[in-house]
Amino acid sequence: MIAIVDYGAGNLNSVKKAFDYLGAKVVVTDRPATIAGADKIVFPGVGHFSSLQALEPTGLREALLQGASSGKPFLGICVGMQWLFEGSEESPDVAGAGIFPGKCQRFPSSVKSPHVGWNSLAIQADSRLLRGIAQESYVYYTHSFHAPLVTSMSAATDYGLWFAGAVEQGNIFGVQFHPEKSGDVGLSILKNFCEV
Amino acid sequence: MLTKRVIACLDMDGGRVVKGVRFKNLRDAGDPAECASAQCRNGADEIVLLDITATSGHRGTLLDAVRSTARSLFVPFTVGGGIRQLEDAAAVFDAGADKIAINSAAVHDPSLIGKIAGRFGSQAVVVAIDARKAERGFEVFVAGGRVPTGRDAIQWAREAADHGAGEILLTSMDRDGTKSGFDCQLVRAVAEAVSIPVIASGGAGSARDFIEVFHEGYADAALAASIFHFGIENIAELKRELHEAGIPVRWPC
Repeated sequence: MIAIVDYGAGNLNSVKKAFDYLGAKVVVTDRPATIAGADKIVFPGVGHFSSLQALEPTGLREALLQGASSGKPFLGICVGMQWLFEGSEESPDVAGAGIFPGKCQRFPSSVKSPHVGWNSLAIQADSRLLRGIAQESYVYYTHSFHAPLVTSMSAATDYGLWFAGAVEQGNIFGVQFHPEKSGDVGLSILKNFCEV
Repeated sequence: MLTKRVIACLDMDGGRVVKGVRFKNLRDAGDPAECASAQCRNGADEIVLLDITATSGHRGTLLDAVRSTARSLFVPFTVGGGIRQLEDAAAVFDAGADKIAINSAAVHDPSLIGKIAGRFGSQAVVVAIDARKAERGFEVFVAGGRVPTGRDAIQWAREAADHGAGEILLTSMDRDGTKSGFDCQLVRAVAEAVSIPVIASGGAGSARDFIEVFHEGYADAALAASIFHFGIENIAELKRELHEAGIPVRWPC
């Protein structure tokens, strides 16, 4: 069973729908116990980094950190990927998980922000999550802050500068783009996650 | 490289996709879910579903259509028409939309933009602006283009962005349904005034019109309805032409 973590920010229907379509068994939950009992964890995020504050009092932060360190496959999407880093300029007081080094930053003023639309992936290394995905495949992004380039990056994207589009370390995966909105490419990525 | 988006718009009336010229002489163009899937297979980067009747009596029909369309759609899906308050937006998101488009209600109460963005994120809020060339600049119209507001379109776009809009869907009423090309002057003026993406709408007739609005109008995306419904322009073929003209597009897709 895959637990999709609901921390009360935004709309998780699309993520659930994509897993349903793939035939995966999923549950949308805000309960730490359900997360602890799941085989895999998906942490989607939308909106502002500050909304992650809600994780602390509800016990979800602890449940997510434990889940990620337990070796269970863990997928952070959008703000959910940003959370895997140390933090974000968007809300400097809110701590990320610190699994990947560095902080998320705003895009330079030379480009329009937010970065919205289909952009291509420069796939960096042997990635389990991006297995079978063609180099330069297009995926759908919508975000104003971006993660830094890190060694455990599985794909980078260029928008005024290069940033981490996907990261991967052991069983911990993060994607800044929205696989649930990225057509067949996105569905293939989610399918790979189901099969990890 | 970020690509320019080609968006297929489905105008819906009573649960069916329809197409007319300036909302008149409506012709049936099919079931929304089937139309949306077909446009995606053809390479549409996004789908917009607009309920053009949008009276309260039709809400159930709209939500059913959103639900059935969203079920097998895995590209961004925007729904507009008759969204007047936060609860309307919440119902549409709950039915499976990724973004909502608001027009008249945002003009009447700009704080609605922030209310919806606050709960669902700015990326989920598209402010639709219907504008017509005026003596000076462009004037905003509401209520399906029937009521002039005396407001300047460029200023309103700026204000909408300040309130938390994630994108502007900008329709030229002068060009809508004419197939005579997008209003590049209008689109460029708004695109230069705001930092959020601008979707050009109204007037698409040929691949050349799209090339023009991307090159000269600085549009981030362009939307069309009628030319796609009846196969006048196939999106796959359109994107091939855009690609050949040096416009970055998701192609092949």
